[in-house]
Amino acid sequence: MSARRGTIGGHTYEFPTLVELMAKATPARSGDVLAGCAAESAEERVAAQTLLADLPLTTFLDEQVVGYDEDDVTRLILDTHDRAAFAPVASLTVGEFRDRLLAWAAAGDEAAISALAPGLTPEMVAATSKLMRNADLVAVGRRTRVVTGLRSTLGLPGRLTSRLQPNHPTDDPLGVTASVVDGLLSGCGDAVIGINPATDSPARTVALLELADEVITRYGIPTQSCVLAHVTTTLRALEAGAPVDLVFQSVAGTQPANRGFGVTLDLLAEARAGALALGRGTVGSNVTYFETGQGSALSADAHRGVGGRPVDQQTLEARAYAVARQFAPLLVNTVVGFIGPEYLYDGKQVLRAGLEDHFCGKLLGLPMGVDVCYTNHAEVDGDDTDSLMLLLGAAGVTFLIAVPGADDVMLHYQSLSFSDVLTTRSVLGLRPAPEFEAWLARMDLLDDDGRVRELTADAPAARALLAAASG
Amino acid sequence: MNSALDAPLPPGDDPWAVLRAATRARVALGRTGDALPTARELEFRAAHAAARDAVHQPLDPALVRGRLPGVELLEVHSAAPDRATYLQRPDLGRQLAPGTVLPRAEADLAVVIADGLSPRAVHEHAAELTTALLDRLPGWTVAPFVLAHQARVALGDAVGEALGARAVVVLIGERPGLSSVDSLGVYLTWDPRPGRADSERNCVSNVRPPHGLSYAQAADTVAALLAAARELGASGVVLKDEGPALPAGTG
Repeated sequence: MSARRGTIGGHTYEFPTLVELMAKATPARSGDVLAGCAAESAEERVAAQTLLADLPLTTFLDEQVVGYDEDDVTRLILDTHDRAAFAPVASLTVGEFRDRLLAWAAAGDEAAISALAPGLTPEMVAATSKLMRNADLVAVGRRTRVVTGLRSTLGLPGRLTSRLQPNHPTDDPLGVTASVVDGLLSGCGDAVIGINPATDSPARTVALLELADEVITRYGIPTQSCVLAHVTTTLRALEAGAPVDLVFQSVAGTQPANRGFGVTLDLLAEARAGALALGRGTVGSNVTYFETGQGSALSADAHRGVGGRPVDQQTLEARAYAVARQFAPLLVNTVVGFIGPEYLYDGKQVLRAGLEDHFCGKLLGLPMGVDVCYTNHAEVDGDDTDSLMLLLGAAGVTFLIAVPGADDVMLHYQSLSFSDVLTTRSVLGLRPAPEFEAWLARMDLLDDDGRVRELTADAPAARALLAAASG
Repeated sequence: MNSALDAPLPPGDDPWAVLRAATRARVALGRTGDALPTARELEFRAAHAAARDAVHQPLDPALVRGRLPGVELLEVHSAAPDRATYLQRPDLGRQLAPGTVLPRAEADLAVVIADGLSPRAVHEHAAELTTALLDRLPGWTVAPFVLAHQARVALGDAVGEALGARAVVVLIGERPGLSSVDSLGVYLTWDPRPGRADSERNCVSNVRPPHGLSYAQAADTVAALLAAARELGASGVVLKDEGPALPAGTG
């Protein structure tokens, strides 16, 4: 392969490999500066984007960003590539593909866009996203349909679901239950009741699984639970006969980064088989849940590609989706502002990354959600998360994560609140998952317009659920 | 688990109190339409503002010196020239600014007081914790204290090496949370030199009386760790923590 050169503004820029071309075409973010792969000027970035636009999509089948022989994620991507699904766009360049997607999106041709997924590689999708503005990412994301299900159906048009995240610093059963009840009374939890355990102890994980199962069973809630323990811990919980709805794991876009997470593809397959065997679904059989986030490979010093060159964090993030889609997930979300300002510095970078991740995940066939969040040392606040949640709602995001009062008291960061989910639904005319919406109605938690009531504590539903939280 | 579900509602006028009593999470905030009521919104903003200010308040050497009278205190800067760079370039926060010169002390211990992500934690707790720690280290020779601006934990490796110390203790402001803006962390590294891995350090976190660890508790633990590190000639995962890193109930 030879270096690619592009001239803009009288300067000629040279990009020795596809790795540099992808990195320098990436909209600005702190993580790529930290990795030493970001464009050094605004013009260099556009020069890279201009060259990228003229690359045939097939380039990514012949030329790797991370080597085939060195990395099992690359092997997974190329070995599972579906030529038939790729055929409708096989003759296009990256720029032409962007144009085609936007034309399909404007025409509302969801079938054409959504059928491409097995024929697209993460690198193709990442490259395309680098040529898109935020509104392009929204417009195409909105018309990419991915429907999954276990005990609720996710991803249907006009729906916005939520993960209820009831974390507690010591996994106290009453404390967790109080947050679960608060979220349910606020119309949240239709994607999953997903608890991050404070420790990775198998006994604690089993206890939390039983607690969530008890609430779901007792009130007949059409949703699923998940304790976000390491996959090896979930395997032990499965062996112990615990009520495991979903196998969770954080995944990343390179083999060394996944090794850093302590996971292999075989381990994920084994755990998925274990959960499938329990047959706990009613409307579907998607039994895995993955979290990702830009910067995870860099933070593990596992971000290098061909020739040892640093790969940009957005391309690596898209590669993580190839891992996730291998296991037919119910849910996938990027945790977009959690990792810190050295990866995404401010509200503009977090907003951009959230929309990119949603677009790339959806286009690759994932039921994509987002943890819209920030830490206190990033230049991000509630106004920024409001903007991202509303744009994601417009983009048809599968689910948003919500915690009581936007404050996760265990993981010490800020996410969205339950009321933020209600705001996004009402501003954009979105509704909960159909099964969960019917349950809310049965519990008399909806008013005549289908909105979640502002409860008084003596309402029957409130009394019933509050009983769960009294110790 | 069944007891959590089957217990009756407690008596009282406000059933929502059940939720609030069960967790420190911000439950049962109420709503106005689909949004938070004004008072709850302002409470959240106040907590976030305190955390933001804790991150961005500059380290004030006079405040630290005032609480350590008669103590020799050197000042260094990392290679991160300002707060914005510091937040985006952790690699620069681990290196001394070019041209930094420190005197050879050939001491048993170097103590680095570093702003980290909460200068406020340093202002409020560093001097008292340092004093409590030295009280527990009779017989140890200690290099002049070093106050470090725009510093990450690993800057202590460069400082410790330059001073010629056998061990370094870094007291550093931890990332502020909404409910804890002034937590100080303590990191101990035996035979400090640049390139040490995090697994070669021991950490005592959440020093923040009265809500977190007390100075005495933290100093006891660090002193015990130092003694064990001297015995073993190493720190980190090879070193067993002889005392509790966190008191019960601080979570």
